Amino acid sequence: MNEWITHAPILIIAIPLFAAFLTPLVDRVSRRGRNALVFIAVILTLILTLALAKDVFDHGLRIYTLGGGSVDSTLVTLPSGYRLPVRIILEVDGMSAFMVVISVLISFVGLLYSFSHIKENGAGKYYTLFLLMLVGMLGMEVTGDLFNLFVFLEILSISSAALIAFYARGGKPVEASIKYIVISSLAALFVLFAIGLLYGEYDLLNMGAIAKKISLAGEIPFLAQIAFVLFLTSFALKAGAAPMHMWLPDAYGEAPGAISMVLVAATQASLYALLRVCFTIYGAAMDTAVIGGILIILGLISIFIGVTMALIQIDMKRLIGYAAVAEIGYILLAVGVGIFELAKGEISDYSMKALQGGIFHIFNDVMDIGLLFLVVGAVMYVTKESNLNKLGGLAHSMKYSSIFFIIGMAAVSGLPPLNGFASKILIYESVYKVSPLISIIAILASMLMLAIFVKIFHSVFMGPKLTEYERKDAPRLMLCSMAILAAIMIFFGLFPDFVVNNIVNPAVNALVKNLPYISAIGGA
Amino acid sequence: MIYQIPFIAVIGLIAVGMYAILFKKNLIKIAIGITIVESGVNLFLITLGYREGGVAPIYTHLPPGTNIPEGMVLPVPQALTLTSIVIGVAVLALILSLIIKMYRKYGTLNAYEMRRLRE
Repeated sequence: MNEWITHAPILIIAIPLFAAFLTPLVDRVSRRGRNALVFIAVILTLILTLALAKDVFDHGLRIYTLGGGSVDSTLVTLPSGYRLPVRIILEVDGMSAFMVVISVLISFVGLLYSFSHIKENGAGKYYTLFLLMLVGMLGMEVTGDLFNLFVFLEILSISSAALIAFYARGGKPVEASIKYIVISSLAALFVLFAIGLLYGEYDLLNMGAIAKKISLAGEIPFLAQIAFVLFLTSFALKAGAAPMHMWLPDAYGEAPGAISMVLVAATQASLYALLRVCFTIYGAAMDTAVIGGILIILGLISIFIGVTMALIQIDMKRLIGYAAVAEIGYILLAVGVGIFELAKGEISDYSMKALQGGIFHIFNDVMDIGLLFLVVGAVMYVTKESNLNKLGGLAHSMKYSSIFFIIGMAAVSGLPPLNGFASKILIYESVYKVSPLISIIAILASMLMLAIFVKIFHSVFMGPKLTEYERKDAPRLMLCSMAILAAIMIFFGLFPDFVVNNIVNPAVNALVKNLPYISAIGGA
Repeated sequence: MIYQIPFIAVIGLIAVGMYAILFKKNLIKIAIGITIVESGVNLFLITLGYREGGVAPIYTHLPPGTNIPEGMVLPVPQALTLTSIVIGVAVLALILSLIIKMYRKYGTLNAYEMRRLRE
């Protein structure tokens, strides 16, 4: 392969990071220049990411050692002859590549949207934080080092908390932001504590190397078990799984439109960390029935709470926030079933199918919910109102937005021929293996979801024209960003086989067959 | 026993911090709670890195009679702690600035009176 692709893993972190700190400087000179800089940085990252993902899907794992040199040069030989990796290593396997593509794609769409949405004076800072958020997500997804994961987790938390409070003139965004930062910094501290426990047990920070030790021992020592519990709770909290979801509707509801969408991708980054810990680090010795069972229960609670709480909301952004909780529930449910079925010896077809559905749903969730957030953001931009009881009749003036809302609504409630159906059918037809009741609950929740969104659609877009709102559609750039998402969603819905075979399967295989990831790092 | 005291202190600090976060109504006290938990975690990391009789791996400042490299410690936990302290300062600064905004807006620091989002 080409020489430059070896540096892609660090470049996709370094380019947005550099641009983030350049943005406030350029902002002092010209607004147009700042927008161009941010746009070029994100589009460069997008191109590099796609090239990297293609390379990883074709050729397998790609490793980058910070500080140069081969992987073996990262090993430090102790006087006792014990060799251990100490440098920071970026490891991009199928799952990382999959997540990285999601994050960058969503950030790109969010950026286009922000150009026409954010007109305030502080926009320079907005884009700095936006790029830092992208850095945090990408860093979490490509790193092979636990401490590095913690650092990027904190970068992500700090920048997203600041962005949630972007409209700080009202009290509510600040309130949501305080909730978010208190909860996520506490979660991050417990992640750090768990990393400390693992370091005390194994003297290692590299995920692959720790996984190797665990798989060689074949059992998990007591301290590492405590660390596992801490990882599981902290990352589930950051991913917004019920009953730890209370910060999520507030944060989604108060953030600017594009940020709500990128926040969905940010919660998926935490979900990725959860999967990485479950499958890669503890994969060999994990008690699959217990962990799978816990994830299934978390998923069911999330689906139930998300859907029922969404039914009673009157603020449309909070409502979609609760729907996002339910969607996270679907992913946890599918992954839980995947792990649960692993317990019975070999990887069964059901387990594989459940994991395919779950991983595919990560992509679909962030696009469906993201599109709805974009439409709702556009409605709020035009009308300055988010109360469902006050809005109405917008389909007369916002024709394109209402079409995009219908697409998002159909996708999120799993109607064919859209992408939500493609992944949900995989989930329905695999989870019944554990218990048919789970499938029934999942299908029922999808129907309720449709009911909820028909309610929003009816009260926001249908009805007679209301005179108090401006009669215009969203700005063209907003519609353009929604159109990109809608086009990808329709493509995914029409050709699910293509997507599953080319994008989802490499990710699932990377999770289940974690040997390349583990054995890439020598030592011990 | 003497070697276990730092670990007991770690648990104590985390418990005190968690108590402050969970049961205190004042936002400033919640922020203090987070810093206490953070101190506990930092203390834990630094305790992990302690080796009796070990010296820092700086070749130019070695005490005479040190075995090279057996007498030196691998300074990974210390590096982790420094990074974590820096991150902690950033988080604390952000929380405090949000609390200032909040106080200007609502005129109170009591978390139980700031629940407009609950409506």
